[in-house]
Amino acid sequence: MKYVDEYRDQKMAEKLAAEIRRAVTRPWAIMEVCGGQTHSIVKYGIDYLLPKEVELVHGPGCPVCVTPLEMIDRAHAIARRPEVIFCSFGDMLRVPGSTGDLFQVKAGGADVRIVYSPLDCLKIASSNPARKVVFFAIGFETTAPANAMAVWQARQQGIRNFSVLVSHVLVPPAMTGILESPDNRVQAFLGPGHVCAVMGYREYEPIPPRYGTPIVITGFEPIDLLEGTLMAVRQLEQGRAEVENQYVRAVDADGNTDAQKMIDRVFEVCDRAWRGIGIIPRSGYRLKDEFRDYDAEQIFQLGPIHAPEPAICISGQVLTGLKKPHDCPAFGKECTPQNPLGATMVSAEGACAAYYNYGRHLVALPSAMGKV
Amino acid sequence: MSLSFTLTCPVPVTQHKAIVLGHGSGGRLTAQLVRELFLPAFDNPALRKLDDQAVLEVAPGRIAMTTDAYVVTPLFFPGGDIGRLAVNGTVNDLAMSGARPLYLTAAFIIEEGLPLEDLERVVHSMAQAAADAGVAIVTGDTKVVNRGCADKLFITTAGVGLVPDGTSISASNARPGDVVIVSGPIGDHGITIWSTREGIDFTGSLQSDTAPLHALVEAMIAAGDVHVLRDPTRGGLGTSLCEIAASSSVGVELEASAVPVREEVKAACEILGMDPLFVANEGRLVAMVAESSADAVLQAMRRIPEGRDACRIGRIVAEHAGMVLVKTEVGGSRILDVPFAEQLPRIC
Repeated sequence: MKYVDEYRDQKMAEKLAAEIRRAVTRPWAIMEVCGGQTHSIVKYGIDYLLPKEVELVHGPGCPVCVTPLEMIDRAHAIARRPEVIFCSFGDMLRVPGSTGDLFQVKAGGADVRIVYSPLDCLKIASSNPARKVVFFAIGFETTAPANAMAVWQARQQGIRNFSVLVSHVLVPPAMTGILESPDNRVQAFLGPGHVCAVMGYREYEPIPPRYGTPIVITGFEPIDLLEGTLMAVRQLEQGRAEVENQYVRAVDADGNTDAQKMIDRVFEVCDRAWRGIGIIPRSGYRLKDEFRDYDAEQIFQLGPIHAPEPAICISGQVLTGLKKPHDCPAFGKECTPQNPLGATMVSAEGACAAYYNYGRHLVALPSAMGKV
Repeated sequence: MSLSFTLTCPVPVTQHKAIVLGHGSGGRLTAQLVRELFLPAFDNPALRKLDDQAVLEVAPGRIAMTTDAYVVTPLFFPGGDIGRLAVNGTVNDLAMSGARPLYLTAAFIIEEGLPLEDLERVVHSMAQAAADAGVAIVTGDTKVVNRGCADKLFITTAGVGLVPDGTSISASNARPGDVVIVSGPIGDHGITIWSTREGIDFTGSLQSDTAPLHALVEAMIAAGDVHVLRDPTRGGLGTSLCEIAASSSVGVELEASAVPVREEVKAACEILGMDPLFVANEGRLVAMVAESSADAVLQAMRRIPEGRDACRIGRIVAEHAGMVLVKTEVGGSRILDVPFAEQLPRIC
């Protein structure tokens, strides 16, 4: 497939891996920020192509994983109401709340539907005027423009039976949060390619000089990830710390300004709780006051929900790069995708689920392959 | 496969344009449906007797027997329909033992209100598929349930076939050294159904791969030493390989870049964040064949339309028994594990 196959080329991968081996002289810990990058790394076995000095640690950029348990419970409570049609992206349906997931809520009689775009919800709302259509608006800056557009168009079209349950999060505050943690071991970042396609990378430029930490905005294909890693290793080895852009075919400094304008019209920055991490100041979006009629939390007034996390789960440390999934005693035992105890086991992009789905609970792969 | 068929019987003369509960009552309406639709479409001596059972002549030897229930939305899709699936799926389950499929049964659970025209289309498609596969539908049943108690139409078929003497094919027969062969590109059926159901059409001319595979299997067995056959339906090729690795206590080494996937299927999977290895097929098989006869089997497969694009995708090893190891496109490796439920489109 054009624009994909050339980024999965084995010869190019070998060449980049060889260049990384030549460039590296000592151990470095590099965090890929996005869950999509984590998934790709594990799916293609990219970490096994790297020299032992280069350790990829997995970041917090999985939107499904970091949505707080309390927010999932809120979604379920709304979905259970008989007048509600609850719409969500597919992979949120399997995320467990305190009592089961949205599939179980659906099996209990709720009207839960998978949509591919939030704009589909407007069609559903128009053709079901007696029902209340609620969309679970989660994700990073990547999904925010389309979610904002849905709210904006609902107002333009006078659709009154549509609302959004917002749990949007932002990448830069999470990165600085990790860097400011006393236990931090991240020395460079592979920056979030798709987030930057929307937002550009100017807001990342203050970070490297302030913390001495290079950021390479990186794509999601194997060649992207290897090239991004090479660029990060070179910065580290040369003692540079700046923002570089590996993902030039999708990202420029300014990003998609139309999308940013749509976000600004509808959303404003707020403090947000991250599952497994806690509250990070100014790390999320909420609807602006003028759109409160479209805010599901306002409409359904559920009051406070308290949802404690299982004590054994170390997903906060996994999300901030302090630990790897198999450092957890519950990994692949009490905690599996069937019965996830925490954030990072619940989505295909979560580090624990990626490790599990690609069999890393079964065997230490390099020894099984007789290599590395 | 084509959707077109010829109406070989007079169009039913019932005044009903849609199925009503009475069609499942066992009374005159049921009899009319049997007499005017099912009997002419499936016509054969055993069925014609309309006894409570079919009495069949069977040669001595071993019988293969299987049953499968078919539920699919939409009922009609590019390349096939629920009726063709219900025949081919059961024919293929029989064929995967090396059996020659002989007889099928068919039970219909119909939701009240189903347009009679739709039922006729499905039944005639089944008749055509049975004729194509050389099997007879010898007995059946019809039930009608209240609206909302079923999704338009569910079909259950069972089948029997005759296993030739000396044929021993089982998921537990894979041996180290065997070559893994797939009969054609994977994922066509699953992506076709998904794209038709969701009304997202970027699949161009993509069609379901539904097809009977018994002729292909016969040619393979005649050409070489076939140890394992599976038709990777619901769980896709990946699930079949994991099951075979476990049943045979062997390791499977899969070359990701050797697995044939059409461009349209690749693109749909990229967009949705799904893995073609776990997307459904209805007219493909995966085989473990002794290395010494792998080339002969491949050549024989390629002479049959259903095996035209057959190719090697990996091999069986003694190491990492019970596990499927994938050599990735970029030279990395990972273990293939069965997903615990259906794949879901990813958020971003």
